[in-house]
Amino acid sequence: MDWVSLLLSLRLAGWTVAILLPVAVFAGRFLAYRSFAGKGLVEALVMLPLVLPPTVLGFYLLVSLGARSPIGQGWQALFGGPLVFTFPGLLIASVIFNLPFAIQPSQRGFESIPVALREAAACCGMSPLRALWRVELPLAWPGLMTAMALTFAHTLGEFGIVLMVGGSIPGQTKTIAISIYDKVQGFDMTGAAVMSATLLAISLVTIWLTFWLSARLGRRLS
Amino acid sequence: MALEVMAQAEGPIPLNVAFRVEPGELVALVGPSGSGKSTLLRTIAGLWTPQAARVTVGGSVWLDSAAGINLPPHQRHLGMVFQSYALFPHMTAAANVMAAMPARPKAENRAEAQRLLALVNLASLGARYPAELSGGQQQRVAVARALARNPQVLLLDEPFSAVDRATREGLYAEISALRGSLNMPVVLVTHDIAEAQLLADRMVVIEAGQMLRDGTTAEVMFDPTVLRAMGIRDAGSALQARIAAQEEDGLTRLETAAGPIWLPRVDGAIGTAVRVRIMAHEVILSRNRPEGLSALNILPVTVHAVMQGDGPGVLVECRAGDAPLLVRITRRSAIGLGLAPGVSCYAILKSMSVARDQVGLASVI
Repeated sequence: MDWVSLLLSLRLAGWTVAILLPVAVFAGRFLAYRSFAGKGLVEALVMLPLVLPPTVLGFYLLVSLGARSPIGQGWQALFGGPLVFTFPGLLIASVIFNLPFAIQPSQRGFESIPVALREAAACCGMSPLRALWRVELPLAWPGLMTAMALTFAHTLGEFGIVLMVGGSIPGQTKTIAISIYDKVQGFDMTGAAVMSATLLAISLVTIWLTFWLSARLGRRLS
Repeated sequence: MALEVMAQAEGPIPLNVAFRVEPGELVALVGPSGSGKSTLLRTIAGLWTPQAARVTVGGSVWLDSAAGINLPPHQRHLGMVFQSYALFPHMTAAANVMAAMPARPKAENRAEAQRLLALVNLASLGARYPAELSGGQQQRVAVARALARNPQVLLLDEPFSAVDRATREGLYAEISALRGSLNMPVVLVTHDIAEAQLLADRMVVIEAGQMLRDGTTAEVMFDPTVLRAMGIRDAGSALQARIAAQEEDGLTRLETAAGPIWLPRVDGAIGTAVRVRIMAHEVILSRNRPEGLSALNILPVTVHAVMQGDGPGVLVECRAGDAPLLVRITRRSAIGLGLAPGVSCYAILKSMSVARDQVGLASVI
């Protein structure tokens, strides 16, 4: 059992969720409430990581975060090291490839709030921020929870992009998915089986917990 | 502080309306669906902005398109009851009411919420969620929530359209009773002219975004243009009355300017002021005092005006004492009886023809 890789994966998933939660709230809410020219294109862009082969996305990320890219050079100048093949680089990639998993369910969650409820919040004297906190977030919560669970579980399982952007540096970028691959390559089928089962269990519990909480919340509201 | 509204728009709903509501006054915006009355209410609330509009309450300007002033809804000190009630489903009834209160110590807000829920007769249901309340109860929570801000203006958007007839009857009484404690302008949007007549002090009639008439309920109801727009079938008059006696056989005797009338039981203590809506087509006119008739209510009246319509009917505006009474009969009968201004006759009203939801507690006592 490769505990270092498992911990790294959990750390990566946790940070990705932490960064994407506010992004999901604001982007999902914006897409749910506003209609603007080019909205379809924006929605398509958000969905893109879902349909692109991970290697393609990984390739573009590698190029755009690499040492010769402006982002890579900026990072180098600020922190004195490369961005690719490091944990921060992996985290940026993880945030990007999880955008559809975070934004889409959040958007659906905000879309499910009747317009009259938002208007009622305003007519109750709530400022937009207070209405978000008191009315919108509690009602969009099932969608946001789904978004976070999918992001978490999907980060644990991502393989292709992690390999392209992160490589396989133990404790830095070697996630559990890559560790399993390494184990199989080294004919350690028992190790691969134990880790696969662990990953399976964590993912299942995450998703099940989300569904259970959503259903409980839904029962109270209906 | 009076509410003053002026709104003009070319589209999507053409609007050209201006009216004023005094403090404590209930004005009904009446019109068929799609006439723009809800849009007007939304303009007052700040949920919609027409091309040219001005909304002021006392000295404060909420909207003035000429001066570039447009306060967002949460900065306008108003209470609004939505057609769907729009209660927050994740909050209890009490929490819904508290959600509209300013930041104060929690205990203070809780006590105030309890007081408001008691005001709408829901004192014991504060812990329920909206999904656990009936339509009528939800509506009352919505009213309590609208009052929780201590609003300068109270807006009611078709608040009775989603409940059944029996519930509506109770809610009318409740709103009327509540009126005594409200000292802000109240605007009620409704497509139901009977509802407006029972509850409102004044009516603003709107058709296709244009103001047809602004006047007291009596004035508006005797206006042939309004009647044509609203449908002649709904024509009727509102009679001010006072409960005089609850009689043993289930009837209530009401004292009116035109004399006593008897109706099926009207709930209320002796002396309670009520408003009775009498449908114009339910009244029979006779030149002589009829004898041996089953109808209990025979009122001496004088013909004030006879209004000719396009069809076979005429509207006769009578005066019973100083109370106006509208009667709809055929032209043939009007000619046969020789009805003309100044003619004396008798108006006959079956007790049973006045449905319970046509009697409202009078707001002005």
